[in-house]
Parts: sequence; C-alpha cells; structure tokens
Amino acid sequence: MAEDDTTLARHAHIFDVLIVGAGGAGMRAALESGDRARTAVLTKLYPTRSHTGAAQGGMCAALANVEDDNWEWHTFDTVKGGDYLVDQDAAEVMCREAIDAVLDLEKMGLPFNRTPEGRIDQRRFGGHTRKHGEAAVRRSCFAADRTGHMILQTLYQQCLRRNIEFFDEYYVLDLLMTDGPDSQVAGVIAYDLATGEIHTFRAKSVVFATGGFGKVFRTTSNAHTLTGDGMGIVYRRGLPLEDMEFYQFHPTGLAGLGVLLSEAARGEGGILRNADGERFMERYAPTIKDLAPRDMVARAMANEVREGRGVGPDKAYVLLDLTHLPKEQIDAKLPDITEFARTYLGVEPYDEPIPVFPTAHYAMGGIPTDITGQVLRDNTTAVPGLYAAGEVACVSVHGSNRLGTNSLLDINVFGKRAGIAAAEHALTVTLPDPPEDPAGPVVAMLEGIRASEGGERVAAIRAALQETMDLNAQVYRTEGSLKQALGDIEGLRERYGRVSVQDKGRRFNTDLLEAVELGFLIDLAELLVASALARQESRGGHFREDYPHRDDVNFMRHTMAYRQVESDGSATIRLDYKPVVQTRYQPMERKC
Amino acid sequence: MDVTLTIRRFNPETVDEPSWQSFEVSVQPTDRVLDALHTIKWEVDGTLTFRRSCAHGVCGSDAMRINGRNRLACKTLVKDIDPTKPITVEPIKGLPVLKDLVVDMEPFFAAYRSVMPFLVTDGHEPTRERLQSQSDRERFDDTTKCILCAACTTSCPVYWNDGQYFGPQAIVGAHRFIFDSRDAGGAERLEILNDREGVWRCRTTFNCTDACPRGIEVTKAIQEVKRALIFR
Repeated sequence: MAEDDTTLARHAHIFDVLIVGAGGAGMRAALESGDRARTAVLTKLYPTRSHTGAAQGGMCAALANVEDDNWEWHTFDTVKGGDYLVDQDAAEVMCREAIDAVLDLEKMGLPFNRTPEGRIDQRRFGGHTRKHGEAAVRRSCFAADRTGHMILQTLYQQCLRRNIEFFDEYYVLDLLMTDGPDSQVAGVIAYDLATGEIHTFRAKSVVFATGGFGKVFRTTSNAHTLTGDGMGIVYRRGLPLEDMEFYQFHPTGLAGLGVLLSEAARGEGGILRNADGERFMERYAPTIKDLAPRDMVARAMANEVREGRGVGPDKAYVLLDLTHLPKEQIDAKLPDITEFARTYLGVEPYDEPIPVFPTAHYAMGGIPTDITGQVLRDNTTAVPGLYAAGEVACVSVHGSNRLGTNSLLDINVFGKRAGIAAAEHALTVTLPDPPEDPAGPVVAMLEGIRASEGGERVAAIRAALQETMDLNAQVYRTEGSLKQALGDIEGLRERYGRVSVQDKGRRFNTDLLEAVELGFLIDLAELLVASALARQESRGGHFREDYPHRDDVNFMRHTMAYRQVESDGSATIRLDYKPVVQTRYQPMERKC
Repeated sequence: MDVTLTIRRFNPETVDEPSWQSFEVSVQPTDRVLDALHTIKWEVDGTLTFRRSCAHGVCGSDAMRINGRNRLACKTLVKDIDPTKPITVEPIKGLPVLKDLVVDMEPFFAAYRSVMPFLVTDGHEPTRERLQSQSDRERFDDTTKCILCAACTTSCPVYWNDGQYFGPQAIVGAHRFIFDSRDAGGAERLEILNDREGVWRCRTTFNCTDACPRGIEVTKAIQEVKRALIFR
C-alpha cells in the first residue's frame, strides 16, 4: 500500500509463534520455540539492550556446589520471602528446575565464576537460607556482579547460533484476538520505529516477555524503556492483571539516582549504616541483619531516614559500607557497582561508604499465568495461544516480595516453559483469522496523538505521575496517600487526553513513542494504586501504615484487576480475587 | 549551571544535508550528557532523536561522539568534560545516519554475527557443568564485558575508510570464545579472522581501547588474536 500523509504503510507477516520482548525470558522462550516451530522475536529495542542485562547479583539454584543445599529449602525461602502469597506449586517448579536452568546456561557458554575445583561458584543472597531459615546459604550462581549481562549475551549468542528471526525496534502495540467468548490469539500489531510503518503479524501463539513498568516511579533502577507495554496491551484487551499492588523497592539504589547496587554487595559482607554509624539492621532483623528480605530492608532504611538518622545534607539517605572488605574481593566480585559509585557519585568505595536509598525495582504482579506460562482470562480459564513469562507475568512465584536472584531464575525457568508450550500449541491448531481491519485501533491511536494540538507535554505529565507515585505509593502507604495518588492520576489521565507531540514525522519518532508509553504508565499506576487501596493489610512489598499487620483471614488471596467498560463507554477498574495455591507450607509469621 | 550543546541534526525525511544546532540548557555538574539531551527533548525540541535505555552504562544504546570522542551519553558527566565551551554531540561515525544521533546498527551486528560469537563444543555433554579452572575463566574475562555499543568499531579509522573490515568489536566478540577453555570452535573462528579483511587490517591506533566505555583492552585483545593466528 502506498504511503501518503494520512495512511500508514502496512505490511503483513505470518509465523507460528511470536515472542514479544527480547530480554532473558523472551530469548529463552525463543530458543525453545525456534527449535519446534516458525518463530519470530519482536523487540522495541535491540535484544542486547534489554534490562535483563542490568541484573547483577546472580541466579539461585540449589546446586550444593559449595555447601549442603536442596531445592526444597529454596522453595521454602521463596514462599516465606513472598510472605506466603506465593503459589507454592509454581515455586516448587521454579526451584526444582533451577538446577537445570543454571546448568543449561553453563552449557550455552555462560562464564560463571568458578570454585577452586572448577565448579560454578555460589554466594549468599538475601533471604536464601539452609534448613528453613537456620542460616544464610551460598546458593547464588554468579558472574561477578554482571550476571544479567552474561545471561542476556549468552542467550543472544545462542539465538544467533540458531538463526532466530528478530524484528529489532518493532514496537508491539496491540494483541489480536478472535471474536467471541472463547476467543483465541490471532497475532499482534507492531509499529516499525525506523520507518513508522505498521506491521500485522498473524500467528498461532504469542508470548509476552516485555518486562516491568518501573517508570511509573521517579526513583527507579529500571530503564527508560520499562513502561509496562505488555501488561497495558493485555489489560486493554479485557484480560486481568494480578497482584499489581506488590511492587518491590530495592534497598540499595545510588542515592538520588536510583541506579542499582546489587544485594551481592551485602552478600559479600557489606553493611548498612545510619548517620550514627550504627549497623541498624541488627535492630530490625537480628538473625540475618543486612541480608533480610528486600521489603524489610527497604522499610528499615526509609524508617531510619524519617526518624532523623539519615546521612547527607538533607539526611535523605543511609550508607552502604564496603570499606572493611579487601580491595581484591571488591575488584573480583563487585567491579561494576563500585564503578557506578565512582562514576555517578564520585565516591571511592574502598575508602568511603556509598550513599544509598530504596529504588523502585521490580513488579511482583503482572499478567496471570499457569505454570506452563499460559495466560489466564479469569481465575482458572486459559486464553488459547497466549503466554507470558518474566517480569511481565505473575505465575506467582514471587508473591508479595521477590527474593533476590529469583528474577533471573524466573525468566529462565518460565521463559523456557512458555516457549515450549507456545510452540506445542502452535503445532496443534490452524492459523486463526484476524479480526477485520486488525491495525485499525493502533493506527487511530497513533494518528490521534500525532495530529493532536492539545498542547500537553509528555514529559510534564510523566514527571507529575512519577512524583505522586514516589510520594504516595512507595514503601509506606496509607488510605490517604493512596487516595491522593488516585486523584492525581485521574487528573493526569484527563491531561493525557490533550497530549501532543512536536515530532510529526514518520521516521524514528521517539517523541510519539514516549507519548504511547505514557498511556501505558498511567493505566498501570492507576491499577497499582487501586489494588493497593483495596488491600487493607500489610504483606511483603505492600505496607499500609493504617493496617500494619498481615491479615490472612481476609487477604490471603491474589488481587485480579479487570478493565470494565461502562455503558457510557468509560472504563473503570473492577477488582476480584483469586485463591493462593498452598501445598506444603502453612503461613507463619515472617521473622528474621 | 548553563551549558551549550551543539548537536549534529539530520532528518532525511525533511532535509538533504546534516546541520549543527545549538541548545542552551541548565544542568547540574553531576548530570549526565544524557540528562542534558533529555532536557532538550522533553522541554525544548521533541524532534531531537537518540537511542537510550538503561541510563547507567550497561545496555549500550547511547554511544555517540561527544567532543570528538566516542562515549556513552549516560556515562559521561557534564563536569568531566569542559562545560565552559559548547559540548559537541554527533552520531558515531562509519554507520549510516537514520536520524539525528541514531545510526543504522545492522552493519555492526552483521560483523558480530560473522565471527561465530557463540560457544562451540564437541563430544558428549556432561550431565553437570563443564569444569573450568579459575585461571582459565580469568583468561577471557575482559572481553566478556562487551555491551555491543559500537563505540570501539566506530572510532576505528580503518573501519571508517574500509568498507570491508569488520572492526574491533567483532574481534572482541571472537576473542571471548577463542580464549574460553570450553570452546572447540577456535580454528574455524581464527580462519574467519585470518581473512584479507580480517584482523590484519588493524593498525594498532588504540582508538578502540580509548573509546571502550567498559574499559576493555580492545587493542590488546586484537593483538592476542593476531598472535594466536601466528602460532596456531
């Protein structure tokens, strides 16, 4: 079709399996799917730019290479760390398959650090213990403090080896489904950034692996590109999102910047101190201290600051002290994060402690799936042909708080499972017909924003959104703060209706791209806050000062949020709930 | 403080030739050049186009030529370059410019793909991990740090002037496997690098080593590959 001023050129493709996103989960899925069915990977970046590459500390698996360990202890830690909101069947799968997941990566060439015997080395990490909490265990397999980088590179290398087909800088903007109550996946619509043209990809299976939405917060370890597109697309198609109130704040972000400093720093012996030099975690978690689960450490840090024991001109942060560690250990095990401290804060970690404060890091919630990676349209029914894996998904192996290293594990275990399931599904069905004018809604959205002269700027709305989220929906929440955030978001959504872009061109229009991303961010921020408001308890990453205790009677259940379209065409959020799967562990109080 | 950024602009949709445009922006000395670019894009001119993602030097999206040197915009602080003079920002050289600071990365990735950048093994797979001594692991550590940002390749004068040479990054990518004790593809990979347009085109100018934001000793890696070819 010829291109003119009003009509985008359109292209059509057909595959068996489409994978949306080329981080760890997407590429792990592609490796499985590519061997079984005709597969394409669509990514709005280049594959090696994905944020898996920023993960640092490691990937836990009970290899028992350096001390006694087994996957059942790992499962217990995962369930307990998630404050018992974890679906235990899923956690068992993840921790049992963790061992092969690590060995698979090693066989693909991942350069793990080694023990003196030449085996994969392992180190301690927050919340990982032996014998159900007896003491910290060395379970994390790692490559210095760039484990995620090595995973991303290794998976990309293997994709090249297998000639996996990539569509780089193709931004997926819609999911195609057949009509009717038993609707199934028919493909996706993608926007080619380089040309501004629209591509319809028909397929039998689609795997979403688009990562998280950390950019709803101002202080975040997440990349600029983590705008929750996959979750937003699925939600707008009427499918639920699970446990959106549970968002993890990583304790050690570089103060003021949010750049991640791995928990490995504390695994290697680093200590958190307040303005008095006190190792304050001894008061909050007497047994495992600085290696307590992330939600506890983040709250403890925030509490030190608000009680006036913060450091710096505004007493706004605490300190991560590595000065007692040998330089050789820092250089060998923590080279990247110490360089971040030098580059961005001008701090020499050999001699000075590093200013740190919690940073928005990881969405425990997301697109609900079963343990094969199949997406659910309600509490029990799967959507034929639709899969999700990694941070975009909620299996739920992280419950209300993810343990460190379990995300790199999650992407490998469930990326693999989703890739297999998606390919096997594709081999059993015929290609569904797409709906009429499949690209119509996407073209209308893009052209609407491009043509708008409303005058509201993307950056101004986004900054206001991030500010209210940091202020009102962070580690401490109350009914008042959440209602404030909800009101603010409503106002911002109204302003978003008048958003306009300065770049009206086709080619590489990142101005337009950011406007589209902001729409997803607004949807997801509202979902997070609405889900948090309804959860009148404190559990894991969700802490309500007005309901400071866990309430298993009323809230041992997953939140399921649906987009409900009212008779006047407006959309509201409808909240429902789903039972937690419990197999062998009864909820206990989480002490450290 | 106020700084001036002088940026090489080019949108082939609307103009035939690139041109320079200056912007004055208010920044903190500790801001990254990327922050200054964002301020321009978000507050002044939404058409300014560049790639970026992680914003802390690990994803490799925002390699650009800043004051004549290849760097990552997110790893270059304003205070670390002379902010009293205009800061020039251009796309990395040697790859076709698509728009402003965005270049076509395909020739770069094609060169990477050509050197078999993946582990090649033979024999039976062990049930557990392959063993590797700590010193064998250390042997290729430096080149595992590569983030494929293209800062090295697009700083190489041979690459600029020779349409065939596959550039320093591809050699780094090959080095990472040639010196991995687990790999069995070394001979084949070395043959690729021994090509007329291969490793011998390197003139040892060290631009690549200077440009690498990850501190990889790129020139040294290239010399090690040359030596491996001579002594194979």
